[in-house]
Amino acid sequence: MTTPERAAPQRPPTPAAPDRGPDQRAPVLAAQGLSIEFPGVKALQEVDFRLLPGEVHALMGENGAGKSTLIKCLTGVYRPTAGAVLLDGRPVSFSRPAAAQEAGVSTVYQEVNLCPNLTVAENILLGREPRRLGMVDGRAMRARAAEVLEGMGVRADPGSALGSHPIAVQQLVAIARAIVVDARVLILDEPTSSLDADEVEELFRVVRAQRDAGTAILFVSHFLEQVFAVSDRMTVLRNGQLVGEHRTSGTTRLQLVGEMLGRELSASDAAPAARGDDASDREPVLRARGLGRRGGVEPFDLDVHPGEVVGLAGLLGSGRTELVRLLFGADRPDSGTLEVGGRRLRARGPRAAVAAGVAFSSEDRRAEGVVGDLSVRDNMVLALQASRGWARPLPQRAKDELVEEWIRRLDLRPASPDTLVRNLSGGNQQKVLLARWLITRPRVLILDEPTRGIDIGAKTQIADLVLELAAGGTAVVLISAELEEVLRLAHRVVVMKDRRKIAELPGDCSFDDVMGLIARSDDDHAHHELAPAGAERRTA
Amino acid sequence: MFKKTLASTVGAVLLLGMTACGSSDDAGGAAGGSTSGGGDDAITMGFAQVGAESGWRTANTASIQASAEEAGVELQFSDAQQKQANQIQALRSYIQQQVDVIAFSPVVETGWDTVLQEAKRAGIPVILTDRSIDSPDDTLYATFLGSDFVAEGEKAGEWLVEDSAGADQVNVVELQGTTGAAPAIDRKEGFESAIAGADNIEVVASQTGDFTRSGGRQVMEAFLQSQPDIDVVYAHNDDMGLGAIEAIEAAGMVPGEDIKIITVDAVKDGMQALADGKISFIVECNPLLGDQLMELADQVVAGEEVPKRVVVEETTFTQEEAAAALPDRQY
Amino acid sequence: MSAQQLAAEERGPGLVARATGSRLLWPVLALVALLVLNTAVNPGFLSVEVRGDRLYGSLVDILKNGAPVLLVAVGMTLVIATRGIDLSVGAVVAIAGAVACTSVATAPDPSSPSAAVVGMSTALAVCVLLGLWNGFLVSVVGIQPIIATLVLMTAGRGIAMLITDAQIITVNNPTLNAVGAGFVLLLPVPILISVGVLVAVALLTRRTALGLFVESVGINPEASRLAGLRSRTILWTVYVFSALCAGVAGLMIAANVNAADANNAGLWIELDAILAVVIGGTSLAGGRYSLAGTLVGAMVIQTLTTTVYSIGVPPEVSLVFKAVVVILVFLAQSPQARGLLVRRRRRPAAAGSPRGGGRRAPGDGAGSSGGTGSTPVREDAPQEHQEVGRA
Repeated sequence: MTTPERAAPQRPPTPAAPDRGPDQRAPVLAAQGLSIEFPGVKALQEVDFRLLPGEVHALMGENGAGKSTLIKCLTGVYRPTAGAVLLDGRPVSFSRPAAAQEAGVSTVYQEVNLCPNLTVAENILLGREPRRLGMVDGRAMRARAAEVLEGMGVRADPGSALGSHPIAVQQLVAIARAIVVDARVLILDEPTSSLDADEVEELFRVVRAQRDAGTAILFVSHFLEQVFAVSDRMTVLRNGQLVGEHRTSGTTRLQLVGEMLGRELSASDAAPAARGDDASDREPVLRARGLGRRGGVEPFDLDVHPGEVVGLAGLLGSGRTELVRLLFGADRPDSGTLEVGGRRLRARGPRAAVAAGVAFSSEDRRAEGVVGDLSVRDNMVLALQASRGWARPLPQRAKDELVEEWIRRLDLRPASPDTLVRNLSGGNQQKVLLARWLITRPRVLILDEPTRGIDIGAKTQIADLVLELAAGGTAVVLISAELEEVLRLAHRVVVMKDRRKIAELPGDCSFDDVMGLIARSDDDHAHHELAPAGAERRTA
Repeated sequence: MFKKTLASTVGAVLLLGMTACGSSDDAGGAAGGSTSGGGDDAITMGFAQVGAESGWRTANTASIQASAEEAGVELQFSDAQQKQANQIQALRSYIQQQVDVIAFSPVVETGWDTVLQEAKRAGIPVILTDRSIDSPDDTLYATFLGSDFVAEGEKAGEWLVEDSAGADQVNVVELQGTTGAAPAIDRKEGFESAIAGADNIEVVASQTGDFTRSGGRQVMEAFLQSQPDIDVVYAHNDDMGLGAIEAIEAAGMVPGEDIKIITVDAVKDGMQALADGKISFIVECNPLLGDQLMELADQVVAGEEVPKRVVVEETTFTQEEAAAALPDRQY
Repeated sequence: MSAQQLAAEERGPGLVARATGSRLLWPVLALVALLVLNTAVNPGFLSVEVRGDRLYGSLVDILKNGAPVLLVAVGMTLVIATRGIDLSVGAVVAIAGAVACTSVATAPDPSSPSAAVVGMSTALAVCVLLGLWNGFLVSVVGIQPIIATLVLMTAGRGIAMLITDAQIITVNNPTLNAVGAGFVLLLPVPILISVGVLVAVALLTRRTALGLFVESVGINPEASRLAGLRSRTILWTVYVFSALCAGVAGLMIAANVNAADANNAGLWIELDAILAVVIGGTSLAGGRYSLAGTLVGAMVIQTLTTTVYSIGVPPEVSLVFKAVVVILVFLAQSPQARGLLVRRRRRPAAAGSPRGGGRRAPGDGAGSSGGTGSTPVREDAPQEHQEVGRA
């Protein structure tokens, strides 16, 4: 039953991994040619995937690469458009997540989905409580839970409320729950994102023990160090496509980062951006000095000049989102100063930033960007109207003209100002968000992952728009998970790592320059800092 | 909510323990009573009032407080704010304090058995005032001092029968008290039995006005629209009657002439309206039962035999009597 | 059906388009049904005649008695639009009445217009303070609205009783009485005040950007903050406004019976007001609101109460009667429930509904979650069925 190793559709030009020797074990869980499509987006395209018994398999990829989507297809949350999910070589189609669990596939999600006000034992055995005379046998339940926890080497009183324990213990309890159901496949979705180094070690100890007991473990993380520390094999996704499947021991960080960030030589449109004249001669429109926030990003200096596109490069959780949030005042900095147009910005907060001509499009479009139940028109004028105050409404005609203009310029579909924004595709929502800010004629436009999760056409349009704006004198700060995109558009590249700004490179720097910086210093920073990355913030 | 339940449960458990201990050295109710009274013979009374929901109730409270002072009774007073839970809590605390006698006006009719059992076990006699309870076990309380609501309804009905003797057809609309409340049920029943014999009197509509002015006014407005010919309003309390007056006047009619109003209670505002001729007849529901209560308490604590039911002395008022009584009306 | 078409043709998100969305269809039908029922039992129900300086008839009584609930519901609509709720309005009603009547009763000349003006102004000033308190707890301290306003709901009636010394304070002041029972241009003053406030709020929120801000904050507070809205000020404002509305309603209720009854004035009015808002089609999940819907909702509730009195529903079952009517309205409004019914009736006739594309009227099937062919277009996840709450 050996599946021949498949080359990724778009293999990176890095040396072919010599380490992917055929593994004789039959995969316990596999996907073949899995595709899933949401309106406007191909979330997965013909992805093959194999999870072997007794291995820790890392699933790697940047935001929007399709990691979560793949997991959801494997566990029956989504139904794939094409392709098959195989359990023990037989095609399965889980009707719902519970069916996957019954079949031995357990998932522990990023946000622990347990009940904090129930006890540890209740959480572990929820739904399969030992019963006596029809009643839940509390004592037997605690005993069983204690047994499982002890087997894992976890010290936690089964009778205590789960919520009274740190997140790390809650994660372990979630895993204990999976063990109780005799899971053969254990999927851990970003389990370490909010753990500190010791807790991660504790988790890994349990994970390794489970692996040795024969469980197949799928481990999703964007922390390279952890992946190298715990995994046996890895699968890399980018833009919904499989780009590599490797044995961890024979893979270099450089190679992995290259695959994750993507390097599409095929991109003929990678012609160097039309650079404006040297923008750095001019006075900076945005000047940050020692700006920082504990737990967010370490103090940094940054100048952004009119007509300049500054790209932020770095992996997920490197602090890039936190940095731009400080520039806009979305989060309150606890050190440093910020000047816009030569004037010190004292009042910190979005209103002050908007008044000074700074605009910010958040990476979490739905939670922090668009107002879904309002129309395109209302969404577009929101920021301008907010700066005018409630008592000075935009005249209806001015409003209509503005909205019509931007619908046309951004090629919004459907081109109706009355459509509710939640009914638009991701790309069109992003355009609405851009229009909201462009209507305010900002001096500095901060775009956090404006092209994430949107189709290729909209991506190109947005990229063109960024260059056009810069040519017109707007300063743009751009974050993208795709390094290619950053390199293509930016006049200057700021490299972020471990919540620090580690370098500033000229816009004509190469892919390898940036990648080298990000991958190299990994060894110096064995552990990531505590606290979840801003990029993972989910607003309920 | 949960906490409260827990607290009262814990309270009950503690209490059971205490009563169990207490019963060993307790030769009888009187002996138990004397412990808290200290050296002198003053009676300690725990009184749990319903609340302060109306002028009637306030007068009732004032009467009890004044009479207690006069009789040298040490009064522990609590206001349940119309919640049974509060009242039960108050009763339990009286039991814990080992007062000599407990008196209370139950907020509702049912649900008292447990706490009254506790009082009984602790040897503390209980006097119900104003309102009774609904329990098969009448040994739970020593006596019930209160108005006879049925009799009040009867008095109202009898006056109407007499007043309308000879008239062809008298259409009555009834403004009931809060649905399910004892005075509402009894006043309705008494009134109906009194007019049963008079063929010319008919109750054409009956709705609850919740004992409030607003309720009385709204219901009366609807009656005025839906009933073509109303001769008499019978309201279960003064407040609803006062609301009905507003409604009748708003409809361009004259209360007391076009439509006669009969109410129960005789609080000051009602008496004023009676004296002004807007109300035609009021049956008194006397809140001044303090003196009677103290007297009963004395007897009960002394172990004397008392009747199970003591009716408060009450009267009725016509318009003339109201005008005469109004100047020295206390409430 | 015609209302739906009308809405579809209506250009621009004006009041009319919102009012005629299909969500309003059912409460309006319920209102009509109740009126028909009343007329059947009592043929003179709909007749209105002039008596002296006023109109007289059941409809007038409904308008007058529904005015306080309507007014409270208008304030509640804005609060709910910001994803909040104000449980304290009943207590505020009691406090307003207590303050006004106590002030009038203790004035040198209790029947003078000036005494009434002073009393009412004092009462409303107190209500503004109470609203500031609620708004402070919600927007600054960040307590959940239901808890924050519960504080005042519980304590407020006690405060009112302290003010009145637990007595019913009877006053005899023609000016005050006019607020609750007076007539101007043949119409009851209370309904003039309530409808006036409603129209003023509609104009203020729809002609200025206030409505947009309120909805935006209600739908997505974080996105609104990042767009530069003063979310906190907006929240604060709606709670103050809600308390003010409740205060005026309190004056009406007290004036209507010439007395302040701290125990009973405005008892459960918060629930009636919330019900009116919800019947009117505003979702408790916040966001889009409909003042016209609130008007209809308040009238349905008051008509229901009057119906119970006039058709002689026995008091013992009147609450059940009300509950049944309200549930029927909600079932009719719920797209899920309607969907079930429709699917059962005509199973074979499926598909065909034009997909996306054209404009959807604001009210039009906004809640048809996953039901028909018009699935919301989303980038990656068919996960959150937010619309559920919109029913």
